[in-house]
Amino acid sequence: MDTWWRALTFTLGYNTSLVTLGAMLLAAGAGMIGTFVLLRKRALVSDAISHATLPGLTLAFIIIGLLQGDGRWLPGLLIGAALSAALGLWLVQVISARTRLGEDAAIGAVLSSFFAFGVVLITVIQSMNVTGQSGLTGYLVGATAGMLSSEAKLIALCSLGVLAAVFVMRREFLLVCFDADFARTQGINTWRVDLALLMLLMAVVVIGLKVTGLILIVALTIIPPVAARFWTDHPMAMVALAAFLGALSGYFGVTLSSVGEGLPTGPLIVLAAFVLFLGSFLFSPRRGVLASLLAHQRFRRRVHLRQGLLSLSRDEPIFDGLTLTLLKRAGYIRRDGVATAAGQAAARDAEHEERLWALYRERYPDDALHREHAGLTPIAQVLSPDAVMTLETQLLLRTEARP
Amino acid sequence: MKPTPRIPDAVKSSPLAIQGLTVSYDRRPVVHSVDFVTPPGSMTAIVGPNGAGKSTLLKASLGITARLTGDVRVFGKPFEVMSRHVAYVPQRSSVDWDFPATVIDVVAMGLFRDQRWWQFNRGRDRRLAMHSLARVGMEAFADRQIGQLSGGQQQRVFLARALIQDAELTILDEPFAGVDAATESAIIEVLKELRDEGRTLLCVHHDLSTVHDYFDHVLLLNVRGIAAGAVDEVFTAANLQATYGGRLSEVQLARLVSPASKEAR
Amino acid sequence: MSDFMMFSLVPLAVAVIIGMTCALLGNFLVLRRQSLIGDAISHVALPGIVVSFLLTGALSSLAMMLGAGVSALVTVVLIELVRRFGRVESSAAMGVVFTSLFALGVLLLEWHGATGVHLDVEHALYGNLESLIWFEGTGLAALVDPQALAGLPPQLARAASVGLAVVVFLVMCRRQLILGSFDPDFAASVRARPALVDLLLVTMVAVAAIAAFEAVGSIIVIAMFICPAAAARLMTNRLATQIAWSLTFAAVSSVLGYVLAGYGPGWLGFNASVSAAGMIATLSGVILLLACLFGPERHRSGAAREA
Repeated sequence: MDTWWRALTFTLGYNTSLVTLGAMLLAAGAGMIGTFVLLRKRALVSDAISHATLPGLTLAFIIIGLLQGDGRWLPGLLIGAALSAALGLWLVQVISARTRLGEDAAIGAVLSSFFAFGVVLITVIQSMNVTGQSGLTGYLVGATAGMLSSEAKLIALCSLGVLAAVFVMRREFLLVCFDADFARTQGINTWRVDLALLMLLMAVVVIGLKVTGLILIVALTIIPPVAARFWTDHPMAMVALAAFLGALSGYFGVTLSSVGEGLPTGPLIVLAAFVLFLGSFLFSPRRGVLASLLAHQRFRRRVHLRQGLLSLSRDEPIFDGLTLTLLKRAGYIRRDGVATAAGQAAARDAEHEERLWALYRERYPDDALHREHAGLTPIAQVLSPDAVMTLETQLLLRTEARP
Repeated sequence: MKPTPRIPDAVKSSPLAIQGLTVSYDRRPVVHSVDFVTPPGSMTAIVGPNGAGKSTLLKASLGITARLTGDVRVFGKPFEVMSRHVAYVPQRSSVDWDFPATVIDVVAMGLFRDQRWWQFNRGRDRRLAMHSLARVGMEAFADRQIGQLSGGQQQRVFLARALIQDAELTILDEPFAGVDAATESAIIEVLKELRDEGRTLLCVHHDLSTVHDYFDHVLLLNVRGIAAGAVDEVFTAANLQATYGGRLSEVQLARLVSPASKEAR
Repeated sequence: MSDFMMFSLVPLAVAVIIGMTCALLGNFLVLRRQSLIGDAISHVALPGIVVSFLLTGALSSLAMMLGAGVSALVTVVLIELVRRFGRVESSAAMGVVFTSLFALGVLLLEWHGATGVHLDVEHALYGNLESLIWFEGTGLAALVDPQALAGLPPQLARAASVGLAVVVFLVMCRRQLILGSFDPDFAASVRARPALVDLLLVTMVAVAAIAAFEAVGSIIVIAMFICPAAAARLMTNRLATQIAWSLTFAAVSSVLGYVLAGYGPGWLGFNASVSAAGMIATLSGVILLLACLFGPERHRSGAAREA
């Protein structure tokens, strides 16, 4: 607990603080770029990208290893990873655009065959005489424990670069994500913007390899944006919030991992992000599950009760179990289904409301189209007292006029 | 004691009687408290502006979309046990036309209920499917892949799949959307044949100018049921105004409701 | 010959059976544009296995399969919950759920990694086909010798029974599957229960993934779900022919991949072998690439493109 507190307050040493900052910047960048990718409905493209880094990573390791005997040289590995990720990304694009296969199949095919080829290369490495092999598995699930401060600095710097690029490009991204066709009419080259978006996504994924590992980096580009969506409808606010939630997960994840020996950073960051998502999913007052379930239940009961009362007043049979239960509970019908006095009165009121609404729609069709259609709200709450009075009078006149 | 409600005669004889049907997405009703009794042997159009819940009304009646409230009966019995008597033609755009299936495969899907899992498509099934295809003039295309057909041809294949179901009631969702004139008249011919056999047709329709020619009954819908009945009585300027609001001009309205003015056009 | 019987026959048979089983189901995943469900499910087998290990304290196959099965179902339910109640797009919902569960699996694994059990992330990812040795398979006679047959690695029997279950499922539900994939609204209107069939399909995917997972690792599973079926789709416009192609592709990449991995490096003059599972999956990707370039039906049909 004490260690964690010191990690949280950045007093656990220079290296840990550096790694923490690097991971926070990385996760913030992933959250930002991930938001645009999510809005573009291509969330799982990052899954293909991240898996596609493996063959490049291993090839680079082999080449570097043959040259200098030890394959661990972060910049070189990252360049290799980026190259093969770019190839994978290009294949996903080409397959889904040029053949009849959907993007899902393209993503799945690229991620599995690239990764598989990477695995083949890993077994090649195992038979080679190159040191630093165990460092390679760190790229699968992430390892910040033995991270050099130069590596942490590189990650932090690259993340800053990505953040800056996203900030500069934010308007174009937003326009293309929201409505690509409209963006095109505005003279924006959507193809190029898409490319920039995917390149930045790729950059984040590649930088993140060392921190969370290639299987889990996907999570950082998906979970914070999805969590942010629960709190806001404004895209720019969503981008900022996703960056914040991402940074928060990075902060908690890295500091937690410094508590115990051998606690892996990547999974902890992802799980921290998931906890933030879960909180948003359940408790967001706007789109959260609890709030909407409650509201839906209330709404459902109102509709059932109203429908039951209308059926009562029209003397129609009621079959629905819930309607009957609600009517009984409100004391509107007896156990044998016959309406009580209170029920008859309520039914008359409901019918009367309904007639007023119908008359309103008939007299003022244009106004009515812009109102809420439900008609569940009492008309007196929607229209001014004068308007209701007029309608009442008209309704009265009409009923009297009828023979 | 559970009360046993009595069922009105009109409902007992109707191939589709809807009472108090409400469907909502996110607490926003898209269909609100709609009552409608389809007259047996009629050809009924469901008419209303975009977003009026026409398709949703049908889908909820057929149990495809969940309904919040409402009772749907086929000849007086709950739809769930009588669904065999209803054939459904979904919107053409709701389907993946790139699916690896031939025209006759799709038509044979209409026989789903009659086929057991150990049976493969039998000669009888193929004959039935060819017969249906012939009725819509598509027998020459039986072995084509469905993705290679034009929009109108795809719609005819869908109709053939409904014909093979041999149902009392056929429900069609925008059968004339995006089809050529030849297909439109071919489809309407088949539908009229069905009506002449005493079957019932219920059809979401968006072309107001052909309502008079094609249909005998109409349901005007805009989230709520605005009016329902014979076309001559219900398809009036006032009702259309109530359904569409200001979206129809006076001139349009006058043209639509008086069939006489059609010749003048 | 006896070398082949002892070291290669069983891995080869397991690879072929699992490849074909996954490819069969993959046809429907690809047609429904649900390929990535296979991806998600094979990732979450890891947490399932780790949890079952932590609970039972041993690496019994049955417990591991159960654990992986439960976690697959939990995943599907969670994805559906997030998608429906959170109104999150389904691929994003998938991404949230499977990565989190995988992270949980890795965390638990590393946490208890000190116990020295042979269970690690790499094994889960790449599987270990090469370890399926049939010690009693000393010659052709062993194929009819009940005692030798009893010594067959149990993975073979498991793979075979899962394959059989998948075939039975597909034969029984083929109409519902086709109808629900092509036209779910119509399927619901004729009471073909598309939602139930959906769930059954995903369950079968989970079962196949688990059986495969133990023997060949999760990478090959994802590849076999997607690549052969996707390649087959580009060869034909008939479903039956497509399925036949997918089985062929799966079998070819399994056999060729296994042989290449075992003997390929030797032919090149290296005294080593590479991961068979990795090679098989790589080959299936190569086949798909070839199909994308040359498959006779690789382009979308005309009317579909208009729409």
